[in-house]
Amino acid sequence: MATLELRNVNKTYGSGLPDTLKDIQLKIAEGEFLILVGPSGCGKSTLMNCIAGLENISGGAILVDDADISQMSPKDRDIAMVFQSYALYPTMTVRQNIEFGLKIRKVPKAQIDQEVERVAKLLQIEHLLARKPGQLSGGQQQRVAMGRALARRPKIYLFDEPLSNLDAKLRVEMRTEMKLMHQRLKTTTVYVTHDQIEAMTLGDKVAVMKDGIIQQFGTPKEIYSEPANLFVASFIGSPPMNFIPVKPAGGRGRWHVPLATDLGQLSLPLAAGDADLDQRELILGLRPEQLALAAEGDSAVLQARVEVTEPTGPDTLIFVTINGTKVCCRLAPDLAPAVGEMLKLSFDAGKALLFDAKTGERLARESKTPAEGSAGNVAQFRGR
Amino acid sequence: MNSVVALPRATPVLDRLQRWLPKLVLAPSMVVILVGFYAYIGWTLVLSFTSSSFVPNYTFVGLAQYWRLWDNDRWWVASKNLVIFGGLFIGISLVVGVLLAVLLDQRIRREGFIRTVYLYPMALSMIVTGTAWKWLLNPGMGLDKLLRDWGWTGFTFDWLINQDRVIYCVVIAAVWQASGFIMAMFLAGLRGVDGSIIRAAQVDGASLPTIYLKIVLPSLRPVFFSAFMILAHIAIKSFDLVMAMTAGGPGYASDLPAVFMYSFTFSRGQMGMGSASAMLMLGAILAILVPYLYSELRGKRHD
Amino acid sequence: MTSAVLKPGLTPSRVLIYAVLILACLMYLVPLVVMLLTSFKTPEDINSGNLLTLPHVFSTLGWVKAWATVRGYFWNSVAITVPAVLISTAVGALNGYVLSMWRFRGSQLFFGLLLFGCFLPFQAVLLPASFTLGKMGLANTTAGLVVVHVVYGLAFTTLFFRNFYVSVPEALVKAARLDGAGFFTIFGRVLLPMSVPTIMVCVIWQFTQIWNDFLFGVVFASGDAQPITVALNNLVNTTTGVKEYNVDMAAAMIAGLPTLLVYVLAGKYFLRGLTAGAVKG
Repeated sequence: MATLELRNVNKTYGSGLPDTLKDIQLKIAEGEFLILVGPSGCGKSTLMNCIAGLENISGGAILVDDADISQMSPKDRDIAMVFQSYALYPTMTVRQNIEFGLKIRKVPKAQIDQEVERVAKLLQIEHLLARKPGQLSGGQQQRVAMGRALARRPKIYLFDEPLSNLDAKLRVEMRTEMKLMHQRLKTTTVYVTHDQIEAMTLGDKVAVMKDGIIQQFGTPKEIYSEPANLFVASFIGSPPMNFIPVKPAGGRGRWHVPLATDLGQLSLPLAAGDADLDQRELILGLRPEQLALAAEGDSAVLQARVEVTEPTGPDTLIFVTINGTKVCCRLAPDLAPAVGEMLKLSFDAGKALLFDAKTGERLARESKTPAEGSAGNVAQFRGR
Repeated sequence: MNSVVALPRATPVLDRLQRWLPKLVLAPSMVVILVGFYAYIGWTLVLSFTSSSFVPNYTFVGLAQYWRLWDNDRWWVASKNLVIFGGLFIGISLVVGVLLAVLLDQRIRREGFIRTVYLYPMALSMIVTGTAWKWLLNPGMGLDKLLRDWGWTGFTFDWLINQDRVIYCVVIAAVWQASGFIMAMFLAGLRGVDGSIIRAAQVDGASLPTIYLKIVLPSLRPVFFSAFMILAHIAIKSFDLVMAMTAGGPGYASDLPAVFMYSFTFSRGQMGMGSASAMLMLGAILAILVPYLYSELRGKRHD
Repeated sequence: MTSAVLKPGLTPSRVLIYAVLILACLMYLVPLVVMLLTSFKTPEDINSGNLLTLPHVFSTLGWVKAWATVRGYFWNSVAITVPAVLISTAVGALNGYVLSMWRFRGSQLFFGLLLFGCFLPFQAVLLPASFTLGKMGLANTTAGLVVVHVVYGLAFTTLFFRNFYVSVPEALVKAARLDGAGFFTIFGRVLLPMSVPTIMVCVIWQFTQIWNDFLFGVVFASGDAQPITVALNNLVNTTTGVKEYNVDMAAAMIAGLPTLLVYVLAGKYFLRGLTAGAVKG
């Protein structure tokens, strides 16, 4: 296994055209599982092709075990890839598919057989070895594609949306299986997906991409709880984070934001350090689970009328309007009120985030809890 | 876990060779195509501006060869024949092809066999087709003898040696050869029409002929276009069929531009004028091709 | 689509449809039948009967004489067609592979020029081509005709393979590259085994085109190097001696049989080639 580092990787298809990749900086340790996630066209697949050597980079360096491989041809990089379409050779049997890379590398026959056996056992495809890809189900093809990558024992594995061609049920199964496999084999892996659930569940590290730029690089937990900007915040999490436009009032150290519904108002206090937030256009970011039914005695409570309910089974999603914006709250089904009912909401403001409405950047949170002036649910922010 | 085996690192030279390989492989074909098509067309164009006769020479005479063509009665006959032949050949082939395709699309028994019969002439050489039809239309021994034997005693059919009619004989043979193919194109088009449209029209109370005329055939516009292109292309390049059936005769009554070009260039030692006629043929094809390609490309962009 | 349109059953309109279809069948078949009948007649039979009378004496004399006349040209056609088909198909496959999987700056432009070449009338290149063949010492040889057919067949063979390979996912080539395969290995081990139907279409198309060619044959070859189409035309249009229609028809059958045979045996591929390449005319 190996480490992988990308240094200022750039990719452009010609002057005048927008950069496809801009200053990509990443580093993962041996055995780590890196997720590249983003909407289609964000450059994640291009980045993967660049790592594999299928496309040349325009600038920067790609390092495996601290050695620059960016000028090597794909076959010399010792990298294996699993494709979205699996890309199994249709005229070869499963065995021949798995053997192909080894044969080209002139591995002795006995060793090839041994590897095929190992991989087939690992992936439980021993009974399929004599078949052609056309005779396999989608899930089986997926396993064979993984087997082809595993047989070569490369330094790094690349997965290009490997689960997106499977139906929903199989996708969840294979996801778990991939996680198990990675825990067992501890392979250095780069995994491209547009599915934020895959990103959260599989990755040790996640890089969220948009327009060829890495928006944020961190652990899934960091990405979820401290998104760097509105894009990351909206992309990760389902249902997505609520964005409520607010204008803070008050004064230095005692900022609060007014929230209003048809039925009531609330000034949600913030502790925003020294920043001058007065009348700045901000966006309050609240995950649906950070809104709850108020308990008796809660101080910061907002009345609202239920407009839509969406029972999903484990949760029921309730939609209300705050500051003119639809806001989703995730409630336990047995607590959920019916449409038209009035409810009292409390806010987990300690986890709430503030974003600059213009730049979309998150206002960094104050590192220490300030002592002054606030009891209960107070979000603390430091201006920039 | 270590790599099973690392591929021996290729030397930089081999690596670079691999990178150049696609271009190297394509290069000979590129040269051949650029020379064989485009440079040669340029060469022919140059020749058409010279006084070349039996051997090429490069004494430039400007547009003189084109003016000679303009004044040449035989070229006018060939051009007029192309209009007659092309118009009738394209028109009749389309009508026959569409009609047979629509009829064959009515859940016909033994459809596969019938289709095979309609299409087989396309596999034959135009020379074979011409030979067969020359015999069939032979004045005195062909069709007219058959019909006289069958009791139509006064029947004569001598178009093959009739200066004013001979070009229609070529049309008959050409339609025989190509119409089955047009049928196959339209049949494929009909099979691609969404059946629910037809069911919807039936529910609306439209009769079968109306459905075909108003709904199905208009939806086959692209097929009409391609069929027209193909037929026009065959017509302009038609050479073999005339050579086999009439060799341009009687006299030069059944000349087509391709025949004219061949006989002036290669038999009569008029390379300059032959080249000029070839360029005019090219121009005719471009006049059809360019708008077609333009609309094709524009259509793609709309998708 | 027709299932909803007409319910089968012998309504008057269906009788009419069948009548028209069968009549059309006869129209298409008559020339072939006449050729066959005539080829087995004696000259006396031909003079006394008409196109559709059966031969009084079933005579193979026409065939024997025709074969003796055109035999050499038949083998010329074989000697031209076989190598030209093989070479143009092989080169076309490689070209199509490069143009779909290894695009480079300018390759699309080249493909456009190639496509355009499919439509161009050969009359515009005949003279320079014959000068070149003369310079190369290939004038009036079957080898010269092989060269010409390869060059002017390339546009189509490339088109066939290119159009097939663009439908093949590029990921296959990427996977093979990561597996360590090079340019030719990918082609030979991964793509070519998938291309059997396209190879069939291409071979059949080229075979019919080259076998049936007359223009190149008559311009670039004379005398002993002529292909059978030219020989047939000479035989039929000769003005000296007594016309022997049975020999003409037998010779025409001999010239037409190889392509007819291919059509009957591989009609599916024949039609696919036609629709893909019919523009060549």
